[in-house]
Amino acid sequence: MQTIDLRGVSCPTNFVKAKLELEDIETGTTVEFLLDDGEPVKNVPRSLKAEGHKLLGLKEKDGHYVLTLEKGED
Amino acid sequence: MADVKIDLRNLKAGGFIKERGKDLFTVRLRVPGGRMSVERLSRIASVAQKYGKGFVHLSVRQSIELININFANFDAVVAELGEEQQKVASCGARVRVPTACGGCEYNPNGLVDTQKSALDVDEKLFGTPTGHHKFKVGFAGCPFDCPKSATNDVGLQGAIWPELDAEQCINCGLCAKSCTEGALTMGENGIPLFAEEKCIYCGDCLKVCPTGAWKEQKRGYTVRIGGKWGRSPLVGTLYATFLPEDRVVDFIASVLEWYKEKAEGAGRVRIGDIILREGCETLLAHLRKDFPEYVVDRTIPPQIIQTQLPLQRQ
Repeated sequence: MQTIDLRGVSCPTNFVKAKLELEDIETGTTVEFLLDDGEPVKNVPRSLKAEGHKLLGLKEKDGHYVLTLEKGED
Repeated sequence: MADVKIDLRNLKAGGFIKERGKDLFTVRLRVPGGRMSVERLSRIASVAQKYGKGFVHLSVRQSIELININFANFDAVVAELGEEQQKVASCGARVRVPTACGGCEYNPNGLVDTQKSALDVDEKLFGTPTGHHKFKVGFAGCPFDCPKSATNDVGLQGAIWPELDAEQCINCGLCAKSCTEGALTMGENGIPLFAEEKCIYCGDCLKVCPTGAWKEQKRGYTVRIGGKWGRSPLVGTLYATFLPEDRVVDFIASVLEWYKEKAEGAGRVRIGDIILREGCETLLAHLRKDFPEYVVDRTIPPQIIQTQLPLQRQ
């Protein structure tokens, strides 16, 4: 599974970066994003959901968060 | 200037405000909720160019104000703005043009259609004389409350009451992580626990929930009454929750009714100061008559903000 590391990237750059990465990924593919605690983990998942992607889960790992999602229709 | 003729009906609701210097006025335009079509904006620009001083002022209550308008041009300004397209606003002891945030059409935080509510209130209540003092209404689409709704005589804030369908929950924990208020925590069985008393009705849990397990049980406005700013600020306090959008005009009309009656003989006094004098109970009881399902059981008086301390003399 492809992992996109958005740690250390602040809002809204992290979301735009996630969007750009998702452009090169096929619909239906599962990917994971690494997100910092705080604003990023609160904002990025919600924005990705609003863009039509399917959120699958969230796990805490070594002080950051791993968000899994399935890419939605283009 | 003896031959200057002015149609005094244009001045009925106010909106023409005396400036420094002879003959000059500010013309305050009616822009409910701050939304302005580009077409109207360019019309205003051409009128301002023709009759004004080369600039306009964007007021803190979302109006465009034409500056340096000679009173001899009042009728021409009103006519050229276009009767239907762009009306003049109000001043004085009247219901003012309501303010509102962008609402819910394009702003992802918006929970209710504040733009529509502002238009409704403007259409039905704008310019109503209070008999006492100005009366301001403001709409915020969510508890972020960019418009600072509680500093209005009546301030309304969009709200959602969430409800969990545990069967659809995938135990991801995104809602608990998103809840700024700490109202949601993950239980040992992986199902979120909802501490209702901490919820401020922002709806963030619904927005992030991947499966739609969080649903809206109620949606409407949280209503605060008695706020104002200025020399002696007051922050309005809670009177109703989840007031449906289609009851807003009637609710505000009911608040006005109480204000008109209780402020009789008090002079130029805002509703917040009348509540401080009368207490909250009679207003709660008055509103409960028509809105029993939305009015809260108890509230507190408007909150006095001592902005003059420590300068205030004892």
